[in-house]
Amino acid sequence: MRLVVDHVTRYRYDAPVRAVMQSHRLTPSDCDSQRVVDWAVEVSGGVPGGAFRDGAGDRMQGWTVPGPVEEVLVRVRGTVETRDTAGVLKGLRETVSPNCYLIDTPATEADAALFALARGVDGDEVLALAHGLAAAVAQAVAYRPGATHAATTAAEALALGEGVCQDHAQVLIACARLRGLPARYVSGYLFATEDGTPHEAAHAWAEIHVAGLGWVGFDPANACCPDERYIRLGSGLDAQDAAPIRGVARGATGASPEVLDVTVAIRAAEQAQAQVQAQSQSQA
Amino acid sequence: MLTGYFDEMHGKSGGKAAEVRAPYAKLKNWVQAMPVDLRTLKQAEAETLFRRIGITFAVYGEGGDPDRLIPFDMFPRVFSGAEWARLEKGIKQRARALNAFLVDVYGRGEIVRAGRIPARLVYQNAAYEKACVGFVPPKGVYSHIVGIDIVRTGPDEFFVLEDNCRTPSGVSYMLENREIMMRMFPDLFRENRIEPVDSYPEKLRRTLASVAPAKCKGEPTVVILTPGHFNSAYYEHSFLADLMGVELVEGQDLFVEGEYVWMRTTEGPKRVDVIYRRIDDSYLDPLCFRPDSMLGVPGLMDVYRSGGVSICSAPGAGVADDKAVYTYVPEMVRFYLGEEPLLNNVPTWQCGKADDQKYVLEHLEELVVKEVHGSGGYGMLVGPKASQAQIEAFRAKLREHPGNYIAQPTLALSTVPSFVEEGVAPRHVDLRPYCLVGERVELVPGGLTRVALTEGSLVVNSSQGGGVKDTWVLAE
Repeated sequence: MRLVVDHVTRYRYDAPVRAVMQSHRLTPSDCDSQRVVDWAVEVSGGVPGGAFRDGAGDRMQGWTVPGPVEEVLVRVRGTVETRDTAGVLKGLRETVSPNCYLIDTPATEADAALFALARGVDGDEVLALAHGLAAAVAQAVAYRPGATHAATTAAEALALGEGVCQDHAQVLIACARLRGLPARYVSGYLFATEDGTPHEAAHAWAEIHVAGLGWVGFDPANACCPDERYIRLGSGLDAQDAAPIRGVARGATGASPEVLDVTVAIRAAEQAQAQVQAQSQSQA
Repeated sequence: MLTGYFDEMHGKSGGKAAEVRAPYAKLKNWVQAMPVDLRTLKQAEAETLFRRIGITFAVYGEGGDPDRLIPFDMFPRVFSGAEWARLEKGIKQRARALNAFLVDVYGRGEIVRAGRIPARLVYQNAAYEKACVGFVPPKGVYSHIVGIDIVRTGPDEFFVLEDNCRTPSGVSYMLENREIMMRMFPDLFRENRIEPVDSYPEKLRRTLASVAPAKCKGEPTVVILTPGHFNSAYYEHSFLADLMGVELVEGQDLFVEGEYVWMRTTEGPKRVDVIYRRIDDSYLDPLCFRPDSMLGVPGLMDVYRSGGVSICSAPGAGVADDKAVYTYVPEMVRFYLGEEPLLNNVPTWQCGKADDQKYVLEHLEELVVKEVHGSGGYGMLVGPKASQAQIEAFRAKLREHPGNYIAQPTLALSTVPSFVEEGVAPRHVDLRPYCLVGERVELVPGGLTRVALTEGSLVVNSSQGGGVKDTWVLAE
């Protein structure tokens, strides 16, 4: 499938700031399930830093926007040829040991409820266990936008019983780690068909490491494994660690939060454009 | 009088006072010829000199004056040239192995694949930085200043207590102790042929410049990055910057633009090539590590990982000096260098292992127990010196988080004569030499000798009331 992405993120500052620094994980890497045809990231008024691939195989780049800055526009446009590999991640050049993904972060720290959820799933065989955990998470956390926010932890989302893809992914990661399986957070895009249920074009899911098979993606929010509708941007220990954009402003007064709005349009190259207003949220 | 310890001046403790080991021969007359009132006068003079140059060391957790002086003991600690030559070889060997280990565990991880160290100890280590995997710093060096803490138990018995691969402090004391001794006792430096240590700042500067990134053309610009004047080692940061002739900066003095890091100066921005940072990894860059850090430089890690700046020590170097990883350093020497370790480790029990834990719990009264991630002598139990209540409190902590602790036998640390209230008496010492690793591996002949000034105490940390001595290496 050939997917065309147009992703615009706008940051506005109440008062002009001296400069803005960002770290991007915004360019997909080639692997068996995806091949980048063309891709470009633009930052209004921005100076690009050196680009590099990190140990997890992600394409990274720093950007700086010299001030005074009132607004920053990050626009990502590109085309990716995707293929269904049944969720199995193959052909990505990475050197980070899967053992690194057994460590908990504050966002994925376990509590009694997470422990019970993880323990409640049977499965001697690792792949079956991983599928079981993903199904259990989908059942325990209902999809409801607005119920949670960017800093909601896995434990909080589970207690609430609702959340968005970020919460599904972090709850699944926490459960998998509790069962001794390396697990990580993946950021990317999802092409939403008009008739289908999927939501959130700027999407997130989890990968669980299965010995002998490698990393396998699980999307509890959509009760499936990533297929040709998914574009993978990069991974991390949790949502923050895998964030497509991390940024700070210099000279911002604490009282003036950035107003952030995001639009993501993804269409299949042979189809009419399906515009998705993804999310609108503010960031401190 | 302490007995059962090796005294570096008199040999075996309890030996006749007439017996003096060769390196100390000329100090015998010096100390005998010094009347008590002159000694008191000199001690006061030393204190005045330290106050004047402003060298103080904030002591955590003890209350009182945070700017109080670290006690300076005028009685020097002496090594013969031959003793030092042997130590130097062992220190350099260890510094090389530690760096080889770091290159490996951020690369292919051969030592883990070979089953020589458990994967968990490396990859689930809090000091392991996933963000640094796959990037090899210039010259393959992660730890540019390796501080190796060494204790002695006999004429030829030296043991490494711990390695400090991140930003070992205390080298300013090595330099100041020498400076003050030379000012107060110039005769001693005429009578004894003592190797100088004053080339350290220049060697450090050369080491740092030698690891400038490939993108840097011409003479590299080196800076020291300090968390600021509230930091207990701030004096040392500014002292070293002065002696090296480089800028001392805080995070807010630096900024990232494009592919490089820049320093604000009165003549406009100046590109920075090498940052000798004295702040922890987690505070370096809010875009990569702790998002709430105000001490670091936003965007620094992206510049570093794309080869625009060097950071010394390299982020992630701490995984090599973890107290649980320490056990495997002799194995690193064999694995990477194909040599037998010249310096021995202290036998160590890892409380995370069931058998070891059992042994430790049964022998708490005789062991030294340390926190794996602790430093500065905090959170440590010295069994033979502890009260029953302290031992029981530690037993509970250890049972709760066994993996957080290691234990070692209580070593019979060597003593060196020291000036104390009742005159001259032996006090326990350790040694921290500073090995520089860049294009070359080198160290100045000397280091920081720390002394436990309380009679019988084995804890030399300055944060626990230890003092310092000038450390001499005699020219052959």
